[in-house]
Amino acid sequence: MAAFGSFCLLIAFALAAYNLLAGALALRLLATGQPTRISPERLADTARRAGIAGFVAVTGAAFALVWSVFTNDFSITYILDHSNRALPIPYKFAALWSGQEGSLLLWAWLLGVYGFVLRLRHKTDVKLYAYAGAILAGVQVFFLAILVWAAPPFALWRGAIPDDGNGLNPLLQYPEMVIHPPLLYLGYVGFSVPFAFALAALMMRYPGEKWIRITRTWTMVTWVFLTCGIFLGMHWAYAVLGWGGYWGWDPVENASFMPWLTGTAFLHSVMMQERKGMMKSWNVWLIFSTFLLTLLGTLLTRAGLVSSVHAFAQSSIGTWFVVFMCIVLAVCIFTYVLQRSHLKTEHQLESLVSRESSFLFNNLVLLTACFVILWGTLFPILSEYVEGSKVTVGAPFYNNVAVPIGLFLLFLTGVGPLLPWRSTSLKAIKRNFVLPSIALWATVIVCLVAGANPWAGGAFNTGRFYALVGFALAAAVLTAIVAEFLRGATVIARQTGRNLFAAHWLLTRRNTRRYGGYLVHIGVVISVVGLCGAAFNRNTESELGLHDRMSVGPYTLVQVGATQDTNPNYDSDYALLDVYKGNQRARTIEFDGFLFHLVPIFHIVPLQMAPEKRVYLASGQPQTMVAIHSTPEWDLYVVYEGANPDTGQPIIKAFLNPLVGWIWIGLVVMVFGSIIALVPSLVPATTALRVPAAQTASVAPALKGGA
Amino acid sequence: MATPLRFRFWMRAVEVSVLAVAICFSIGATDASARFNNLGHRLMCTCGCAQLLGECNHVGCPESGHELKELTAAIASGLSDQQILDAFAAKYGATVLAAPPAKGFDLVAWIAPFAVFAAALLGTILLIRRWGGLGKTHAAAAGKPVALDPAEQERMERIRRETSVDTGSKGGF
Repeated sequence: MAAFGSFCLLIAFALAAYNLLAGALALRLLATGQPTRISPERLADTARRAGIAGFVAVTGAAFALVWSVFTNDFSITYILDHSNRALPIPYKFAALWSGQEGSLLLWAWLLGVYGFVLRLRHKTDVKLYAYAGAILAGVQVFFLAILVWAAPPFALWRGAIPDDGNGLNPLLQYPEMVIHPPLLYLGYVGFSVPFAFALAALMMRYPGEKWIRITRTWTMVTWVFLTCGIFLGMHWAYAVLGWGGYWGWDPVENASFMPWLTGTAFLHSVMMQERKGMMKSWNVWLIFSTFLLTLLGTLLTRAGLVSSVHAFAQSSIGTWFVVFMCIVLAVCIFTYVLQRSHLKTEHQLESLVSRESSFLFNNLVLLTACFVILWGTLFPILSEYVEGSKVTVGAPFYNNVAVPIGLFLLFLTGVGPLLPWRSTSLKAIKRNFVLPSIALWATVIVCLVAGANPWAGGAFNTGRFYALVGFALAAAVLTAIVAEFLRGATVIARQTGRNLFAAHWLLTRRNTRRYGGYLVHIGVVISVVGLCGAAFNRNTESELGLHDRMSVGPYTLVQVGATQDTNPNYDSDYALLDVYKGNQRARTIEFDGFLFHLVPIFHIVPLQMAPEKRVYLASGQPQTMVAIHSTPEWDLYVVYEGANPDTGQPIIKAFLNPLVGWIWIGLVVMVFGSIIALVPSLVPATTALRVPAAQTASVAPALKGGA
Repeated sequence: MATPLRFRFWMRAVEVSVLAVAICFSIGATDASARFNNLGHRLMCTCGCAQLLGECNHVGCPESGHELKELTAAIASGLSDQQILDAFAAKYGATVLAAPPAKGFDLVAWIAPFAVFAAALLGTILLIRRWGGLGKTHAAAAGKPVALDPAEQERMERIRRETSVDTGSKGGF
């Protein structure tokens, strides 16, 4: 199977190279009109077909690696290093992305999938797709070249083949690791497609709003994948690393966040180009930067430039990435300089206080946040170069610099939708801002009365101050968005005679992009509320003998057993803890199978938690398995830290983390909003309201501040 | 007369707000446990686990136990926060500090983000003024399409005609 996989990679490389060269030659011939023996159209079509065949070849290579994992083929070094016989089946899949070579193969395969779909849809616009296909082939050549020469996944083990493998890193043996990395990679790799279209459109001086419409779905889907990947990564860190948090400003986390920020900026600023023909150069550079940041993230973590708890493989492929990034940047700059006259803006701004300006400021803040994170990630390297000694740039730096910027962004999230396109009057601004302002100050008062004040404990607590600002802004933004929904739905209800719920549904269906976008903003607000809860985290640690108790917040944990278990994959020590809330036994909902294999059955049962410490047999590495009881109010998060070597009794650390569940609920709302935004509108929004002439005047104010 | 008075009132309000926020941020923790918690989150565990000292959670960590004891002793001895941080940095190296110190070259780490933000903000405002011609005589032209070269316009229109993609969208929000 190793020979088959290697052969597939070689074939895929040759096909990608042909796609790039033949595609480029055909497009050059088409542009210059030179007579040739073979028609440029036919040559371009062979290039496209080579791209499709290349996808089949990369799929063959990926299949070969997965097959080798499942058949325990330890003659392949990669399988030996990342799997073992007792590894459960889902984690055998995870072995594909647990190491350097497998990750790169996954990247190449996903790029192949995106390229395959793109090439199948080539009839949408044959020439633009041919350009984009050739550019994607160029990216694919790079990744396949690494796989063939620098990081071959099918390299054979030299010497006697061991009977069992070294096993998968214990940190990766968690359910989310089966879906988090592929989603993250789908996000990373997906930005190659809008990048390819942007570069292609610039090369052929294509009308901007056309390529943006074509790639809108690609960009949105990619953004959703990246968002899900980042949030699932947060949840994985929360559930596995056992320190009670979900975001540590680790370089790998930062590497995934940077393209998300520029991608988000791109999704907003392209609306300016679609609506007003503005910010063309900006948009092109935003998507170029996003693609380059995906490569930079890989370079930072894979090349060992910075260390990270999330980096599971490092090697010397950094030089390859540096060279490729330089080539990409040179191509982008050259194309931009050559074609910049094509990117002349078609409209001008009318007012500093308008939707257009808010998009500009939104981009400014997102880009500044991206710079701050890049700066913080690279500063240790810079400091070492200048001063000869490294410094740490950890959470305190980002909390002091990035959090205020994030709060300003949240503020803009609320302000932007309240401002109409072109210009607005002071009176309209006042009217739109009354309710959000009331909500903001009401929240401040409620929080202070409830005890969430920054002076609790006798000293000013910066984290709690930011949390207070975050809660207040979240309330204001939520009010602004809900008011927007209500304003539109009330008009529709009045016109159609439907109830308010049906009117909301119709309103959303008539302009899915706008109201789907608002739902995404609501999701962001919900997640921000959850993030603000971190300022009020509490924890306590105690050694618990049988029937000993410890308390955290309203919960009391009683140790009712400490025992051990073993299976072919790992040994584990765990404690059984009965949980009381006040004097009552706390209860939880437990899944209890399916009725008729269809309807899920749940039971309410007394809450017992079982935090665990595992030692994986193949690698000998320990791993914490946290027990989490999640409610909308807070998470009870219990860690088995280990057994006291003197007494043999378990040491338990319990956290009470307020509002964590809101972060994950926010993600669900964001994904739902994105799906809504991707669905075509029922009818074009501008003709949605067929209003009798006499009633037009009453409709207009209701739509103020909107489309 | 009303406008300068109102302006002065608002300026005074902004000054008071800024002063209040500055005072709040400059108040340090005085309670020993609050100081322990605060300093524990400004130092790193040196065992290589990449966690803040106050959050290092593995039993048997060879470093965090005695470092936390040192921190407790330093607070009890009456040293200021800065003196404690300096003492840790002198003993364990600069990497024990969770954030770069605000002095020497490391000060750049703190200044650069705000400098970039200020420069970008200024640039954006100037850009908006330039695009819109705000405050200038050609404000009447704002909002009107900028004329493209006729040949370029014709070429664009031809591509638009030849390609049949239409999402029905008018550009989102």
